[in-house]
Amino acid sequence: MTTPTASPTATAGSTAERRAPKSPPPGRRPRDGRSRIRRHLPTSPWLFAAPGLLVAGAFSLYPFLSTVANSFTDRRTLLPGRFVGLDNYREMLGDEMFWIGLRNSTLYVLGVVPALVVLPLLLALLVEKQIPGISFFRSAFYTPVVASIVVVGLIWVWLLDERGLVNAVLEAVGVGRVGFLSDQWLLLLSAMAVTVWKGLGYYMIIYLAALANVPRELHEAASVDGAGAVRRFLAVTLPAVRSTVVLVGALSSVAAFKVFSEVYLMAGPDGGPAGEDTTLVMLVQRTGTGLSGRVGYASAISVVVFVVTVALMLLVLRADRKEGA
Amino acid sequence: MPGWEVALRYVLLLAVLALTVGPFLWQLATSLKGPHEDIFSFPPSFLPEQPTLANYSRVAETIPVWDYALNSLTVAVANVVTNCAGAALAGYALARLRYRGRRAATVAFVLAMLVPVEGVIVAQFTTMRELGLNNTLVGVVLPLSVSALNVLLMRNAFLSLPYEVEEAAFVDGANVWQRFARIALPAVRGTLAVVAILAFMGAWDDFLWPLIVLSDPQNFTLTIGLNYLHGTFANDERLVAAGTIIAVLPLIVLFACLQRYFFRGVGEGAVKG
Repeated sequence: MTTPTASPTATAGSTAERRAPKSPPPGRRPRDGRSRIRRHLPTSPWLFAAPGLLVAGAFSLYPFLSTVANSFTDRRTLLPGRFVGLDNYREMLGDEMFWIGLRNSTLYVLGVVPALVVLPLLLALLVEKQIPGISFFRSAFYTPVVASIVVVGLIWVWLLDERGLVNAVLEAVGVGRVGFLSDQWLLLLSAMAVTVWKGLGYYMIIYLAALANVPRELHEAASVDGAGAVRRFLAVTLPAVRSTVVLVGALSSVAAFKVFSEVYLMAGPDGGPAGEDTTLVMLVQRTGTGLSGRVGYASAISVVVFVVTVALMLLVLRADRKEGA
Repeated sequence: MPGWEVALRYVLLLAVLALTVGPFLWQLATSLKGPHEDIFSFPPSFLPEQPTLANYSRVAETIPVWDYALNSLTVAVANVVTNCAGAALAGYALARLRYRGRRAATVAFVLAMLVPVEGVIVAQFTTMRELGLNNTLVGVVLPLSVSALNVLLMRNAFLSLPYEVEEAAFVDGANVWQRFARIALPAVRGTLAVVAILAFMGAWDDFLWPLIVLSDPQNFTLTIGLNYLHGTFANDERLVAAGTIIAVLPLIVLFACLQRYFFRGVGEGAVKG
């Protein structure tokens, strides 16, 4: 399926699409029954699509092509570039900041994705049952998704501060204060925790839509056969939502690799102590924008971001096909 | 469900509630604490002892927070209008009209959806400079004005409508614009509402793009203004807290009012599918 599944609502849309071919009752009228409303001016469809196509072309497709083209030039914000071949890519290989960014973005995927695949599924199972008040809980769990990443970042900076609530609690239980925001690795780990915290509700909704599709009869049959809750989850629910698990894995890994805001807000624009917490997209933002931006070099890093995200997507989808076969 | 299981569920639900909503409440409490109150006291006290709204007016004295809020609102409303109109029109063309090049148009939107914003920001930044739109709110809105994802959502919604309804209107002599506006569009209100909510939240919450395109504090949106507030006055946590509450409260209220439509839109396909 090529249609979007990047949001919970898309899941709803795609099932609608699967349903669509049924709408003209088969047999009663062949497919050309539709052709009766085909008549309109030949330009009309293009007028309908024009605003969308213009925006998609001008702000997604063209920038993509120009990013690739710019990556082979030494273009700067205020200076037109000239072709420099692979110089940017060669420079990248020797650029310590690039490797730090690549390392951190990769670590982010490894740290965040397992949590975002498993925890929202458990949460969806928790809010799946129709018990009194459940819709309140569902909406409340969605609050972190609704809130701006800046708000979320500032809240957690305050909570994880040396004098913040989390440290006060840790001291009370005898662990002592922890430098969540001053240590290079703890900072990255804290940012990951914030990403997971903010993403829980989003992926919960995707899982919730999938759980609603699990055939009830299968559960009942398994119950009759004496399967307990855990057994039923492993034998019935999990296989039924497998493709959603894969989808969440793909979406969250692509998003995690492109992380910017959480780390930017918690570590500061320069990426924490000695820039050690810089991620790849932070590096793109820092080097490529502003009046002195090195557009060419930043574009080359962007190309790496493209390539890795596409590779991640293919990797997850491939793993799915292998397991499924 | 046995009674113990119901009880266990509620315990877990409350625990998750504390974890997800608690931090917002803590921020709200901090924003209401008076200037002589020790916000670093130990053990931490949740309720303000001298509750005050002074921090909120102090935010407004420090940064033009209401101007920023107005900028955010302008951007968000513009984004809702352009996305609803643009996505509905294009979605209709993809789903209900027959013409040469339809497949190519669909592929263009799918490809556009797959291009990550984070990867093209530098090119967008240079494009905006060339258009002379850097540092304007129009420049903030344009790249998000018709998201390809929304176009495809609308397409799927239109696809699921039965053709018979439109045929009847066609026989009655309705032209394509009339069929779109009077028949097809009202039938997909639910998806349109979801698109509107997503567009509003997306624009109100966006951080990376406004950060890049806006440089003049006068044009800042709330998210950028807040980051600035944080950077400048990081030492007064009460101010930052009040600022974040100003930014998040309207959105939470809006979402609470509209969540019925939102979750129904999500649930609909799932239940029927």
